[in-house]
Amino acid sequence: MSLNEKKDAIIIKDVTHTYKTETGLLPVIKNLSMNIPENGFTAVVGPSGCGKSTLTKLISGLLQPDEGEVYLSGEKITTPRPTVGMAFQNPVLLEWRSIIKNVMLPLEIVPNKLNLQQKEQRAKQLLSLVGLEGFEEKRPSELSGGMRQRASLCRALVHKPEVLILDEPFGALDAFTREDLWQVMHNLRKKEPFTGILITHDLRESIFLADEVIVLSGRPASKQFFVKVPKSKIPKLESLYTSKSIDMLKTLRKQIEIAQSQQEQNK
Amino acid sequence: MRHFLVPLYAIIIFLVLWELLVWVNDWPNYKMASPSDIWPAFWKFKVLFFQYGWDTLWRTVVGLFIAVLCGVFLGMIMGFSKVLREAIYPLLVGFNAIPKATVVPIIALMFVGQHDLNTVLIAFMISFFPIAVSVSIGLSTLEPEYRDILRSLGASKSLIFWKIALPKTLPEFFGALKVAVTLAFIGTNLMEIVSPHGRGLGALFDSGKTNSDYPLMFAVLIALALLGIGLYYVVVVLEKIFAGWAERSTD
Repeated sequence: MSLNEKKDAIIIKDVTHTYKTETGLLPVIKNLSMNIPENGFTAVVGPSGCGKSTLTKLISGLLQPDEGEVYLSGEKITTPRPTVGMAFQNPVLLEWRSIIKNVMLPLEIVPNKLNLQQKEQRAKQLLSLVGLEGFEEKRPSELSGGMRQRASLCRALVHKPEVLILDEPFGALDAFTREDLWQVMHNLRKKEPFTGILITHDLRESIFLADEVIVLSGRPASKQFFVKVPKSKIPKLESLYTSKSIDMLKTLRKQIEIAQSQQEQNK
Repeated sequence: MRHFLVPLYAIIIFLVLWELLVWVNDWPNYKMASPSDIWPAFWKFKVLFFQYGWDTLWRTVVGLFIAVLCGVFLGMIMGFSKVLREAIYPLLVGFNAIPKATVVPIIALMFVGQHDLNTVLIAFMISFFPIAVSVSIGLSTLEPEYRDILRSLGASKSLIFWKIALPKTLPEFFGALKVAVTLAFIGTNLMEIVSPHGRGLGALFDSGKTNSDYPLMFAVLIALALLGIGLYYVVVVLEKIFAGWAERSTD
């Protein structure tokens, strides 16, 4: 293992994946390679249906790639691992549990040495970090969409996963709530360092949150373009409206269009 | 207090209207018994009412209990395996489509003289279907993300069932159980009425018919209604305990 690989928390190496459908084979990912360094945060954007969600399943071990390998912290992934945290567009909170019990769910499954009190403490600490202090005993149905998504993020992080996988977690929220949640993400990253991958359709979100943005080509997806995003110490929404950011957004937009037209042709 | 008094008044008004209807039309009690005929009929046979009421009740509850066990089991099989659902579902629908009233004489002949077994069997047969269907639908409509959240943490299938699938299905299950309670009563009574020399409120109803004791028949109807209401509210209480979270506050 080279020195460079050792620093990478996620390594995706020449991965190809094909679904078998009733109408034949559907290649979704082809020769995709990417690395995410430890405590790095990478956003993946691409046309709808280009295989982004398949990518999250491959990283979490829910799916095995047909070809190629996926490594987490240097270990090849063959089965789901408890060192992964996931959050989806649908917060999928369990309606019959209070918010704090929802957040504690992974601690009931992942082997750990915490006692009940410590688990509660851990959950409370995260909930206060995302601004949900005082909502511990509420039911999910009593919370707004944004608050539910905050709770969902806490659940994804409660067992200190090596990797956080976010599959369009803010996609269903209104614009202002989404921007609030972006700040929450920055806050979480500062206090609870994690290696993350973010699937999104929102280019502004990708450059505001991630250190690197990868554009996937149309199906079958491979890495088409990537850009490093320089980060300031204190992220401000205004930074999205500087000429540098706008240029970056334009470039990304262009790349998405290329990917989209490629996907149209492959249909 | 109000939500106790309002239904009470409604019942009293209903009884008064009923009494008036019979009185105004001057119906004889073989055409329509009035509430004032029913109480004496009940009092005359009060020992039988309690004995037979108990028979009807326990048979219904045992039938229901078996229906819950079989229904949940079938529902789980159909909810988890698509192949088995495709195999079992048409059979179930076909079985359910047979009016149970036609099965009653068959069962009565099959196990002639075994009133308890007959009755429990019919109560079970008539009531397991909604339970099986609701459990299978509850399980098969579980959003894949719920499963993924637990699977990605390395949870086993049975852990996913206990932590997520089972609790998520409970509201549907109790909805079906409320229907099943009513159905099970129908089953019990059909069998009790048909079985010769049987026991249970259905048998009492039948003897009212043979003896042209119409107030007795009406009294049995009221007794059945009371049992039905009682059992229904037992289910409601269980639902509150185990699936109360599904109830959204309306205010």
